Amino acid sequence: MIEASGLVKNFGQTRALDGLDLRVNDGEVHGFLGPNGAGKTTTIRILLGLLRADGGKASIFGRDPWTDAVELHRRLAYVPGEVTLWPSLTGGEIIDLLARLRGGLNPTRRAELLDRFDLDPTKKARAYSKGNRQKVGLIAALASDVELYLLDEPTAGLDPLMEATFRDVVRELVSLGRTVLLSSHILSEVEALCDRVSIVRLGRTVETGTLSDLQHLTRTSVVAETERPIGDLSQIPGIHDVEVNKTHLSCQVDTTQLDALLRRLTEAGVRTLTTRPPTLEELFLRHYGDALEER
Amino acid sequence: MKGTVALVRLALRRDRVMIPVWLAVFISLAASSAAATASLYPTVGSRVLAAEAFNHSQALVALYGHIYDPTSLGEIAMLKASGTGAIFVAIFAIITMVRHTRAEEETGRLELVGSTVVGRLAPLTAALLIAIGASLVLAVLTGASLVAAGLPPAGSFAFGFSWAAIGIAFAGIAAFCAQLTRAARAATGSAIAVLGVVYVLRAVGDTASPGGPRWLTWLSPIGWSQQVRSFAENRWWVLLITLGFAIVMVAVTYLVATRRDLGAGLVPDRPGPAQGGRTLRSVMGLSWRLHRASLLAWAIGFVLLGLVFGGIASNVSGFLDSQQARDMFTKLGGAKGITDAFLAAELGFVATAAAAFGIQATMRLRSEENGQRAESLLATGTGRVRWASSHIAAAILGTAVLAVGTGLAAGVAHASQVHDASRVGALVGAAVAYLPAVWVLIAITVAGYGFRPRAAMAGWIALAAFVLLAQFGPLLELPQWVMDLSPFAHVPKLPGAEFSWLPLALLTAVAAGTTAVGLAALRRRDIPA
Repeated sequence: MIEASGLVKNFGQTRALDGLDLRVNDGEVHGFLGPNGAGKTTTIRILLGLLRADGGKASIFGRDPWTDAVELHRRLAYVPGEVTLWPSLTGGEIIDLLARLRGGLNPTRRAELLDRFDLDPTKKARAYSKGNRQKVGLIAALASDVELYLLDEPTAGLDPLMEATFRDVVRELVSLGRTVLLSSHILSEVEALCDRVSIVRLGRTVETGTLSDLQHLTRTSVVAETERPIGDLSQIPGIHDVEVNKTHLSCQVDTTQLDALLRRLTEAGVRTLTTRPPTLEELFLRHYGDALEER
Repeated sequence: MKGTVALVRLALRRDRVMIPVWLAVFISLAASSAAATASLYPTVGSRVLAAEAFNHSQALVALYGHIYDPTSLGEIAMLKASGTGAIFVAIFAIITMVRHTRAEEETGRLELVGSTVVGRLAPLTAALLIAIGASLVLAVLTGASLVAAGLPPAGSFAFGFSWAAIGIAFAGIAAFCAQLTRAARAATGSAIAVLGVVYVLRAVGDTASPGGPRWLTWLSPIGWSQQVRSFAENRWWVLLITLGFAIVMVAVTYLVATRRDLGAGLVPDRPGPAQGGRTLRSVMGLSWRLHRASLLAWAIGFVLLGLVFGGIASNVSGFLDSQQARDMFTKLGGAKGITDAFLAAELGFVATAAAAFGIQATMRLRSEENGQRAESLLATGTGRVRWASSHIAAAILGTAVLAVGTGLAAGVAHASQVHDASRVGALVGAAVAYLPAVWVLIAITVAGYGFRPRAAMAGWIALAAFVLLAQFGPLLELPQWVMDLSPFAHVPKLPGAEFSWLPLALLTAVAAGTTAVGLAALRRRDIPA
């Protein structure tokens, strides 16, 4: 569905993309994961034919996004990372306009999505909050019957309830055989929705594969205090960065081995326990060596 | 008010080009008019003749105001500057105020600023300080430049401060308008509407007969500035009226500002349609929605203007009884019959203003791109050329509406005075003849935009250059080929002059070719660039 290899894009002196590869298969939700400034938006804009790549190849539905932009756009829907609207138009008007320009929308679906996202379509766009602006963009895209959805950090500004609604809607689209490219810098969002993931950093793809391929990325940080000394943890596989000081433990553990670690801890008598998923930035720092460079 | 100083610094940083450019244009306009007029009316006798002719023409008094001391060189020299220059000083103040208050609030940037250690009233205070400060700098520099051009110091500085008074009054008016609605455009629009009203008040008051409503002049900030009578009596005390007015406006504004929420307006938003109507089926329809309010406002202004100058045109010749006055007028117009010369001159002014509308409408391409709204449209089945054409069409058709509307209004008003229905067609034709030149300016804007959004400024720069050429070219005796750079120079000065198709066809071709270059460039570049 989407095929990109060796994409290069320079903005003046800065190199936004430096040989990026991306492959999205038919009917999958593909997570496009990376920290801010990694080149996710630039890649999507190249796929939309808004920017022209300085090097490499890209194709959607087997066609060139730059030369065949208009025809391709009738088969896809796009939600930009920052949805900006015409202040004097209402949300409902904008949803209809964008969907019609894309080739029409499904009115029942539109009504259903307005309801599920709890959006008042009679308000002027200038009165919408950031979250509501985002909803206008989402509904306009998700109410369109197209083959491919390009979503650039679509949940920015949505509250947790609406994020859950968004996830449900995306799952429904996938069950209909649609394809979704979901860019995000939030690991948990990608984990919840995506079949396959590409991780980008500094304009390059550093990992790509199914979620289980990337299991090693989904470690949990554990900090615990026990009543008795914990002893040696080195027999447990999948445990990393262990720091033990008698009754104090701090480590990273693969999610599959969390159970084994917890057994050992309860044996020693847990006094306090904190666990949290690692942030994406921590993962990058640990996995890909050097510190995130100033760009 | 905490944080005001930091905000003033930020605003000065953002405006470090805009404010100096505006000020430089005003000052050079004033100084060059002063220098040029001195050679035009070297003797007291020539000035008295011209001033009397001028004061006898209702049309000119309505446009510019009275000359109070016919012997004064300064008054004749600064006539246009105090009459129409004042409008631009007011617009400068309005733009500056709205840009730093409501526009910041609408984009949400003020929210970011407001969350830091900045008082609720700091942004408003900072904007007022900038606008008022710039007005005062304008007063001092204008005064100094007029003294340098050889005018008497007292009058020079009185004139400078009368300009500043307009800037300060409209800073107050715009500050209040910025509180009314959520939209920055509406704030600018309502402040400019106030400007239109007070200009008309002064015009009506100045042309009223003794016993008529002459007091109307005293309801207008522009009237107050002119009643300083710089270079005649130099009545400095009149400036206190403006000062008092500004204090009241600012106090009311502060009162309103402390009582409303950030982002909200005094006038609540009304709900709109829940569904896109028939117009919103294409980018063309969207373009109509985005441009219609502004086009309507411009059209009303143009029709009123057409009615006024069409209505007084036939009286113009009656007021000009001396040869000297006739000479002065043909200098302004350039054709044979004085009525025709007057109409042609007014239509030329209208064409310049229509070009400003056209450039502004075309510049919408740039703001749509910078606001990332273009991106949403271009990611649908809408191509770049089609999208750009929707705004270019608004500019081209909009200027055509303005030209036809003004020609029609002027024609009807004039024809009813002279009882000659054929004048309607003649004036519509005369107004339409300017369109190819207007379209060249739209095309220059498109060409600049096609290469880079910032380069769309080429449209405004070209318009400013052509206006300066037309205003000062003859006075500075520039060579003909320089004068011919302006597309307006090639338009036959109708009615009166001989009509010819060739220059109009060539101008249209130039406009079409330049537009095509811009669109071709747009197809090749990144969006957003």
